[in-house]
Amino acid sequence: MGASTIIFYLLAAITLGSALLSVSTRNIFRAAIYLLFTLIGIAGIYFWMAYDFIAAVQIIVYAGGISVLIIFSIFLTQQAGELLPVQHTRRKLFSFLAAVIAFILIIMQLIDYAFVPVGQGSEGPTVMEIGQAMMGLGVGGYALAFEVISILLLAAMVACIVIAIRQKPDPLPAEETDTITIESGNTWN
Amino acid sequence: MELTPGLYHMLFLSSALFFIGVYGFFTRRNLVTMLMSIELILNSVNLNFIAFNKYLWPGQLDGLFFTLFIIAIAAAEAAVAIAIIINLYRCHKSVDVEEARNLKY
Repeated sequence: MGASTIIFYLLAAITLGSALLSVSTRNIFRAAIYLLFTLIGIAGIYFWMAYDFIAAVQIIVYAGGISVLIIFSIFLTQQAGELLPVQHTRRKLFSFLAAVIAFILIIMQLIDYAFVPVGQGSEGPTVMEIGQAMMGLGVGGYALAFEVISILLLAAMVACIVIAIRQKPDPLPAEETDTITIESGNTWN
Repeated sequence: MELTPGLYHMLFLSSALFFIGVYGFFTRRNLVTMLMSIELILNSVNLNFIAFNKYLWPGQLDGLFFTLFIIAIAAAEAAVAIAIIINLYRCHKSVDVEEARNLKY
């Protein structure tokens, strides 16, 4: 049992343990922090599999971006330090049963199915290969999907602004406007 | 069952992560925590894609690109979901799904 194996089991334990804590803790801020640890654990597993580029993207986008977004939305929508309400035992029990039974079913299917692994210790792709394939136009190129994703991100950005923008107060009557405009910058807050 | 980590270990890990996310999605009633569970589910799918790419089709990049695009779409989805959550909180002063009965303001 080499060091690599031990590192894998350690990473898997960190990932699964903090994922379990993340879905079971009643303190929502702690749930977000445990989710952060889960995401970092998954990035570690990508590193372990020698997929450095994906691991870097995982850390930048998930651990850096989405977790900060979630923490800020917690600050904006929750009372700080307030615990989440306790769920019904029945709901918890049946959710647990559904998840565990489905998990056992999937694992039985997995063990039955004989995958034929090609290589055990293959090196991960280099960044140059990834870049050339991402911008490639020919067979195995992903230039079109790349462009579609960029349009999607732009649309999502516009949609976020449109959805979350604060509604302006009703326009003032015409004769009052010139007296109010000076302090209108404060009233919108 | 051998101890050296291989494809089956990865698949076990990602399916465990998936069903932890499903359990969280079933039990939570707060929109932000439900979003966290969805992130867990998406991450387990990414792990699956990378594991298949590494162990079954090494030398190809398709699983890697699927993962990249899933990460991009998940980022967009999280941003839109949080915008919706903040808007909902502004209207209802709560992000509990039981209390968000009417979609219209």
